Amino acid sequence: MNAMDVARMDGPEADAPRIGGVLMEMKNITLRFGGVKAITDISFDIREGEIRAIIGPNGAGKSSMLNVISGFYVPQEGEVWFRGRRRPQMKPYEVAQQGIARTFQNIALFEGMSVLDNIMTGRLTLMKTGLWQQALWWGRAQAEEVEHRAKVEKIIDFLEIQHIRKTPVGRLPYGLKKRVELARALATEPKLLLLDEPMAGMNVEEKEDMSRFILDTNDEFGTTICLIEHDMGVVMDLSDRVVVMDYGKKIGDGTPDEVRSNQAVIDAYLGVQHD
Amino acid sequence: MAGPQELVSIPALLRRNAVQFAKAPAYREKEFGIWQVWTWAEAAEEIRAIALGFMALGLKRGDYVAVVGRNRPALYWSMVAAQMCGAIPVPLYQDAVADEMAYVLDHCGATFVICGDQEQVDKIIEVQDRIHHIEQVVYVDKRGMRKYDHSRMNWLDDVVAEGRAAHWRFDAELDERIAELDYESTCVMLYTSGTTGKPKGVVLSNRNIIETSKNSAEFDKLRPSDEILAYLPMAWVGDFIFSVGQAMWTGFCVNCPESPTTMMNDLREIGPTYFFAPPRVFEGQLTNVMIRMEDAGRIKKALFRHYMKVARKVGPAILDGKPVSVGDRLAYFIGDKIIYGPLKNTLGFSRVRVGYTAGEAIGPEIFDFYRSLGINLKQLYGQTEASVFITQQPDGQVRSDTVGVPSPGVELKIADNGEVFYRGPGTFVEYYKNPESTASTKDAEGWVATGDAGFFEEATGHLRIIDRAKDVGKMADGRLFAPKYVENKLKFYPSILEAVVFGNGRDRCTAFVNIDLNAVGNWAERNNIAYSSYQELAANPAVYAMIRGHVEEVNASVAADPMLSGCQIHRFLILHKELDADDGEMTRTRKVRRKVIEDKYQDLIAALYDGRTSIYTETEVTYEDGRKGAIRATLRIEDAATTGPAQRMAAE
Repeated sequence: MNAMDVARMDGPEADAPRIGGVLMEMKNITLRFGGVKAITDISFDIREGEIRAIIGPNGAGKSSMLNVISGFYVPQEGEVWFRGRRRPQMKPYEVAQQGIARTFQNIALFEGMSVLDNIMTGRLTLMKTGLWQQALWWGRAQAEEVEHRAKVEKIIDFLEIQHIRKTPVGRLPYGLKKRVELARALATEPKLLLLDEPMAGMNVEEKEDMSRFILDTNDEFGTTICLIEHDMGVVMDLSDRVVVMDYGKKIGDGTPDEVRSNQAVIDAYLGVQHD
Repeated sequence: MAGPQELVSIPALLRRNAVQFAKAPAYREKEFGIWQVWTWAEAAEEIRAIALGFMALGLKRGDYVAVVGRNRPALYWSMVAAQMCGAIPVPLYQDAVADEMAYVLDHCGATFVICGDQEQVDKIIEVQDRIHHIEQVVYVDKRGMRKYDHSRMNWLDDVVAEGRAAHWRFDAELDERIAELDYESTCVMLYTSGTTGKPKGVVLSNRNIIETSKNSAEFDKLRPSDEILAYLPMAWVGDFIFSVGQAMWTGFCVNCPESPTTMMNDLREIGPTYFFAPPRVFEGQLTNVMIRMEDAGRIKKALFRHYMKVARKVGPAILDGKPVSVGDRLAYFIGDKIIYGPLKNTLGFSRVRVGYTAGEAIGPEIFDFYRSLGINLKQLYGQTEASVFITQQPDGQVRSDTVGVPSPGVELKIADNGEVFYRGPGTFVEYYKNPESTASTKDAEGWVATGDAGFFEEATGHLRIIDRAKDVGKMADGRLFAPKYVENKLKFYPSILEAVVFGNGRDRCTAFVNIDLNAVGNWAERNNIAYSSYQELAANPAVYAMIRGHVEEVNASVAADPMLSGCQIHRFLILHKELDADDGEMTRTRKVRRKVIEDKYQDLIAALYDGRTSIYTETEVTYEDGRKGAIRATLRIEDAATTGPAQRMAAE
C-alpha cells in the first residue's frame, strides 16, 4: 500500500505539472442488464491528477459508468485498465485497497455514529492491527489509532467541519452530510476519487463551498477526481475534461470548451442555441 | 529581572515574561482537535524568529504592518514581532469586504500584510490594483495557496525558518531596534468602526497601552494564572488590551478557539477566569438556555424555575457579599449543586472570576440572570480613543443601569450639554493623518469628547449614559428625543434583535424592528406557525401582534419618565431583512448607522408617517463576497397604543 503520507498531505513542494499520465483506461466497455444495454462500447481514459466529469441527461448511464469504474459492476465486454494493469473482478474492500474511493448520490453514512467515527471508518483498510488488539486497546493498536486520528483530524481541518466533530451524522443538514461523506472518502487516501452528484440538492452557497473543497482536494493532495454532476456551470468550471453520454453511448469527449461547442452535445444535452 | 522603568514596550514585557514565567503557558490554540500549548519561553522564541524573518524580508522602522485574520497565536505574535522591528501593527477586521479594507490599507500605507488564510490573501490581491505600496504578503494557513505567485508572498513558516537561519545577520540590529522603543513610541494603530463617515486610525502609544493594562489589571486583581479566550475581532481595541496589553503585563494565558463555529465548545473546554463579551453574546446564550429549557421535561423545568427564583432573590446579594439569611444561603447552595453549577459549566462560565460586558446597553434581566448564577459580570464604558477604559464597576457595586466609576487614573467631566469628557493615561495620541479630527476631539488640555450624553448619580458617583450626544434631538414640539434609550428597551426583548427609532424634528416617533430569527423561530415552532424564510416569518400577523405587545409595554415604561415621554412609538414595521454590516447599515461592531438607514429606507419612513397600512419595497443586499442582489417585499405597518400625555396622538 503506497498510501499518501503526511508530507503529501501538505502538498508537493515543487510546482510539478498537475496532470500526468493515464491512471485509468476504459476500453470498449459494454454493460447489459438482461436485455437492456446500459452502456454501449464506451472508451475513455482518466489521467493522473485531473478532474474528469461525466455528464449526460437522466438515464444516460452515468451512474452505471461510475459503478463500472469503481468495480461494482463488471461489464460484459471491454477492459478496465488501472495503473497500467488490466483489472480483474474485485471485492469492494479490494477496490478500496487499490486506492479508489467514492461518495454516493444518496448519502451512505452511518447515521447513528459521530462524524469523527464515520471518517475513522475510512481508515479501516489502512489499519494493520487485528480485531483483538484493537478491542483491548493494546500495544501497537494504541499508537496506530493515534496515528490515524491525526490524519483524520487533518481532513476535518481541511474540510472545515471541526464544529461537528462529535455530532451524530443523523442530526446534520444535507450539505454537511455530503461534506462528511467526502471526508470519509478522503480518509482512505485515494488515488482516484469518484463523486456521484456531489452537489445534488444543494443551494448556491453550498455548491460553491463544495466546488472549492473539490478543487482544493485535487490541488493539495493531487487526488484524481472523476465526478458526475448535473449542474452545468459547476462541471464547466471544475473539470479539465468532460465525457458526454447519451442513451449509453459516448457522444462527446474533451475540454469543457470543446464539449460546449460540440454540436452533438449541444443538441442532445445542452439544448439548441437560439441566438 | 528587568525593573519597571525598563518595561516601556510590549517586546520588553515579553522578554520579562520569558524569564519570569518561562514554563507557564502563554498561548494555546486548538488545532487538529487538540489544544496546542506554547510557554512564555517558547512564544518569545517564536516571536523573535518571526521578527528576524520580517527583517530578512526588509521590514523597516516606521513601516505599517496590517494584520488580518481570526484570532490565532501566529497573528498576535506577528504584531509583537512587527513592534520589535520598529514597525507599527495595524489589525484589521477580518470580515470586512475588499473595498473597506482598501480604504484602511491605503490610509495607513501598509507595506506588509499578514493574512490568516487564502480568503484574506484574495482580498489583498483584489485591492492591489488600487494600492501599490504593499511590498510583502505573509500568510499563516497554507491551504489553497500553492498556485499563487510567490514573488512577493511567503508562508509564515518559511519566513520563520528564514529568520532562524539568518539570525547571525540580524540579531544585532533587531536588538538595537527593540532598545529604541520607548514609552512614547507607537504601540498599535486601530481603526474606529466608523459609526459616522470613514474609519479613523487611532494611534496608541506604549504608554497608553501599558499604563492602561497595568491600572485595569490591578483594579480587577488579574493574576498570571488567569485564562482568557481570544475570540473577539483582533481589530477591536478591547481584544488588543485583553489579549496583548493585559496578557503581557500580567502574564496570563491567551487561548484561541479552533474556528469561529467551535467558539462555544472551546469556551467550555477552557473555562476562562477572565471573560469579556458584548451584550449580544450574553443575550444569545440566555436565549439558547431558555429555548432548551422549553424543550426540557416537566420535572427539570419545575426545578429550573424554582431555583432560578431563589437565585434571582439572593444570588446578586451573595455575590456582592451582602448579608443573606442562613435559610436562603442553604437554598442557594442546593441550587448551585443541582442547577447553577451544571448550567455554568454548560455555558463555560464555571471559573469566571471577572466578567465584563460593554459596547451596548445590556438588558437588566439578562444582566441579573448571569449575576444571580454567581458569575461576577460587570459593566465598563470605554472607547478606542481611551484604550478601552473610561469607567468600570468595582466588585460589589454592580448595577445594570450604570457603567461604574472612573477607571484608575482617568478624570471625567460632564459638559453643559450633557456630553461626557475624559482624560487619562490611556488617552490616544492622535488620529493618524487627520489633525482636524484630532483637534475637534481632543483639546489642548487632553480632554476628549466621548460623543455620549450622560450624568453622574449623586448618591453613588456612578456614571449613567443616556444616548449618543449627537443622536439626542428635539421633537417638533420641543420634547427630548433619545432614540437609543427606546431602542435599548425594545432590544431587551429576546424576540427583538434590532430596532431603529425615528422622530427627530417630527411630531411623533416611529420604529423599524428586526426580529431575532432564533427566538421568534422557536416561538413560531411551538405555536404551530409555519414559515420558510426570515422574510415570511417577519411578515406573519401573529409575530406582528407579539411585537406590538412589546412596543406597547415599552411605551408604557417610556411614559413613566416625563422627560422622555415624547419618545413613545406610534407606528412600527418589521423589516423584511436583517440589518447587516455588509450592506453598510451597521458598523462591524454592530452599531446601527442611522444616516445610512434613513437614506436607504426613505420610502418606508415616509409610509410610517403618511398613515398607509402597507408598502411595497425593493431593497438591494450585498452578499459576503461582495455581489449584490435584491429583495422585494410588501411590508405591513401597524399602530401601537401609547399612554400618558401623548394620548392625543393615538386618537388620530
